[in-house]
Amino acid sequence: MLRVDKLVKTYKTGDQALKAVEIDIPEGQVLALIGPSGAGKSTLIRCINRLVEPTSGKVYLGDVELTGLSSAALRRERRRMGMIFQEYALVERLTVMENVLSGRLGYVGFWRSFLRKFPQSDVDEAFRLLDRVGMAHMADKRADELSGGQRQRVGICRALIQDPALLLVDEPTASLDPKTSRQIMRLICELCKERGLAAIINIHDVALAQMFVQRVIGLRFGAIEFDGPPEGLTPDVLTSIYGEEDWEATIEKVEDGEEVAAQ
Amino acid sequence: MTDTAFDVKSRLGQPWKKPPFVKRNWLRWILILGFVAYLIAAYMTIDVNWSRVYDGLERGKKFVLAFTNPDFTSRSTDIWGGMIESILMTIAASVVGIGISIPIALGAARNVAPLPVYLICRGIIAISRALQEIIVAILLVAIFGFGPLAGFLTLSFATIGFLSKLLAEDIESMDKTQAEAIKASGARWTQWINYGVQPQVMPRLIGLSIYRVDINFRESAILGLVGAGGIGATLNTAFDRYEYDTAAAILLIIIVIVMALEYLSGVIRARVQ
Repeated sequence: MLRVDKLVKTYKTGDQALKAVEIDIPEGQVLALIGPSGAGKSTLIRCINRLVEPTSGKVYLGDVELTGLSSAALRRERRRMGMIFQEYALVERLTVMENVLSGRLGYVGFWRSFLRKFPQSDVDEAFRLLDRVGMAHMADKRADELSGGQRQRVGICRALIQDPALLLVDEPTASLDPKTSRQIMRLICELCKERGLAAIINIHDVALAQMFVQRVIGLRFGAIEFDGPPEGLTPDVLTSIYGEEDWEATIEKVEDGEEVAAQ
Repeated sequence: MTDTAFDVKSRLGQPWKKPPFVKRNWLRWILILGFVAYLIAAYMTIDVNWSRVYDGLERGKKFVLAFTNPDFTSRSTDIWGGMIESILMTIAASVVGIGISIPIALGAARNVAPLPVYLICRGIIAISRALQEIIVAILLVAIFGFGPLAGFLTLSFATIGFLSKLLAEDIESMDKTQAEAIKASGARWTQWINYGVQPQVMPRLIGLSIYRVDINFRESAILGLVGAGGIGATLNTAFDRYEYDTAAAILLIIIVIVMALEYLSGVIRARVQ
């Protein structure tokens, strides 16, 4: 469904953020991307929807090669890739509803969006999604009035209303407390399952990733260090991704986590 | 961890001072002494003729005393007409100026506009800011003749330099991720500006616009001195005839209007947060 082929990103400063990364993601697979800060996780998902222009290599979404598209065609393809951000990236001074509907901007013309006259089907879908994440009663609140967890729920709705085939998720839980983090991760993974979406989730919290995803890719210095099921993350593997540390505690925590989650 | 040679024991008990901005001692002292010497020399060149000041005090006193007895009535038609003209000039120039400023501000923000557009828009702003209002007004009076049209055009032109520059700087310092999120949804450029950029800069745009209305009104009182219409023309005539009481009345009206605008600005900005 998504194929990343020898993707290279070299920044102007000369830093090579990605070194010939190759990933193949089948339909409906939720994948966690782990690795230390600066390993190129954010760059990788931004190169997929070309918020960051890759230096070389190709990205295919279905049969479409994203890397060669003109700006108009790229806009059309971006509709098929919903993105969820670290720190939520809601437009703070817009209402919850406007933020969710902004996910439809790729589908409606300028004047309709300017006058906030979205098609009724979009408005209905927005309310359905907000209701699904438990935020429907907040529709007319401004985004800066919400708590972190609430904002991320709105961010999820904004991504889903695009009717995407793929979710690009950048550190969704980085600024949330442990409980909210789990709720958000669970919500994202449930929604992916409900809708048959594939997802790439950048995440710092290895234990949290192991709890929810089917596949983990470990990135270090812009190259893939590990690609396999979450059970494959042994202390040795984590050392190869992050460097030397005592990993037993992290893996312990996973079991704790699963107990809590099961309750 | 990084500086292993650091010896904590010998450092303890000693005071800590912020490292000076200019590290070389002698250079720092030369700069300080040079500045003080320049300041003293500069003040010594100011030549004050104290007997002239003493004579002038009398005239100043008359002027100030006129404020206790402003004359609103004897030139009321002139004052009224000038005020209406000034207010019309202010509103028309602010609307036109702000309307033109917004697209130029977008063009002059490096994170929104491509380089050629950026350079052109920055150029327009630089020209508008380089030419002082009075100079523009004199030129426009020469072209369009005496009257409020020249004043209106001058103020519109000056508004562009002011508002575009400050708005562009606000756009440049906006939160990138909010705008990025809108772009990621497949929005076109206009939608991206409308959803990702505009909400972020709206409070600043409104604040600056009201402030510019305020400036334009005050400027309209000055522009009359060079024949560009407005209350300034009336004020100028009053001064020429030594009618300080009428001049005081005009100044009082200007002060009241500016204060009212200031109050209004506070109310509106509190609402648009």
